[in-house]
Amino acid sequence: MNNFIYARASSVQDAIARTAEDPTATVIAGGTNLVDRLKVFLEEPSQLIDISRLQMQQIERLPDGGLQIGALVTNTALADHADIRRDYPLLARAILRGASQQIRNMATVGGNIMQRTRCPYYYDTAFACNKRQPGVGCPAIDGVNRLHAILGASDQCVAVHPSDMCVALAALDAIVEVAGTQGQRQIPFVDFHRLPGDTPQRDTNLELGELITRIILPPVAYARSGVYLKLRDRASYAFALVSAAAALNVSGEEIRTARLALGGVAHKPWRATIAEQFLIGQPATSSVFEKAANLALQEAVPLSGNQYKVDLARRLIRRAFAVSANSGGMA
Amino acid sequence: MPDEDQKSSHSSQLNRSRRNFLGQMLTAAGGAIAAPSLLKSADAQAETAGEALASDEIQIALTVNGQSQTLNLEPRVTLLDALRERLALTGSKKGCDHGQCGACTVLIDGQRVYSCLTLAVMHDGKDITTVEGLATDDEPHPVQTAFLDHDGFQCGYCTPGQICATVALLDEVNRGCASAVTTELKNPPQLADLSEMEIRERLSGNLCRCSAYHGIVAAVQQVAGQHPSPAALMQIRESANEAMEVGL
Repeated sequence: MNNFIYARASSVQDAIARTAEDPTATVIAGGTNLVDRLKVFLEEPSQLIDISRLQMQQIERLPDGGLQIGALVTNTALADHADIRRDYPLLARAILRGASQQIRNMATVGGNIMQRTRCPYYYDTAFACNKRQPGVGCPAIDGVNRLHAILGASDQCVAVHPSDMCVALAALDAIVEVAGTQGQRQIPFVDFHRLPGDTPQRDTNLELGELITRIILPPVAYARSGVYLKLRDRASYAFALVSAAAALNVSGEEIRTARLALGGVAHKPWRATIAEQFLIGQPATSSVFEKAANLALQEAVPLSGNQYKVDLARRLIRRAFAVSANSGGMA
Repeated sequence: MPDEDQKSSHSSQLNRSRRNFLGQMLTAAGGAIAAPSLLKSADAQAETAGEALASDEIQIALTVNGQSQTLNLEPRVTLLDALRERLALTGSKKGCDHGQCGACTVLIDGQRVYSCLTLAVMHDGKDITTVEGLATDDEPHPVQTAFLDHDGFQCGYCTPGQICATVALLDEVNRGCASAVTTELKNPPQLADLSEMEIRERLSGNLCRCSAYHGIVAAVQQVAGQHPSPAALMQIRESANEAMEVGL
């Protein structure tokens, strides 16, 4: 990797000021994805601003019963937190299905959200990539694309977002709080990441100089029934081919609330709101879940090598809802 | 540091572009992992504390296997390269250098991490344990003994990482950490009832190309205070017999 200036941020404001005044500066925390990208020259920052020692490692109860999670809480600390295990098991299980213990010990919540696609063409600088260099083309569209997107892609980019944790956060209606030179703002999780459109180089709506400071989990009744299912090429330590985060609130014989987010299928964690809306008022039966799964995939546009993802996703959704309707747990 | 860098911005820019070129050439050539000029030889490391700090270096202090170490390092040096090339601790291995194989696993403040995926300068003041720091005097660590007892390796390249990961695994189980295959999140298994599936999941960040996984699982079962299953022991014996038959 190229060398860079290394500076330890003394405060959130200091980190913001340093990145706002130098667009080629990059923030580092856990570094599990960034260091890898530095090694293959995907990133060549002039400065690395180390925020890992800032005080953003707390998980705290909010007055409304929700939780706030500091951006520097490690994946391990989050998955092992008693309140997360009890109130948001979907989140704990999604995190535990991601990466390995070594990675989870280093990786932070903020960094997990900011990680970039593992599209092999993006990673290999011998190939063109619109995400690396806008306008040069996307070899994945007509290339080996079994790992790529089936929903929300564009003719510029078919990469998928790699995170498991983010799929859970999308289903849980989480909020991302960011701080910048203009102060703080809160971004609903589903609006944080972007679809590729004609700007595939931008993964998120974070602006220059902005820093994720915390994640807010609202107190939601359906969270305890949440289920995370993930299918991959090997049993552990692999990115999702398809994953599903599902949660239901069933009262009487009717579904009152439904949440469904998919991973491995799009440029961002994919919330299937049409399927969610269909489920409201329906009985929790397998035929209803099948209809919901079909609705969630009705706009899928598979590529030459990933037609299988459509069927995989449908089956995953049906099973995830079936387990959630049975009060959740291991799926 | 920033100020020093600005003072010598011209020369450091030249340095950067030359190294950029070198680095890319070496990457293009295929095998090289770090330009030799980036890393001083292990022979020179002992006196680092007294050496003048180069304009693009930062001085950090680490406690490595109980010993205080002061190092002058470029920010881009990974913890793995610092351990291997500067402190001559070559037990931690460079397998993939991308956090995919686990051969570089070490403990930072007791937690297992991939030393190839982290920059040494970020760990100023931290406590590092490598495989060299596990034994006491001439007594191997119980995890090391268990790997020997059960042939938890063949070529041995992944073994330092497997052993460091196992040491951390035992501590994690004792602290009540769950895994992806833990059925009851509120009630994770203790060492005595850690299933084979739990062991395999918890060690999935360490690959073994010789596929000595049966022996590794048996070794973990031994240090967990369990009796390795007869099936696992049978597998180990069969593998050993096969190896003998083909003359390995």
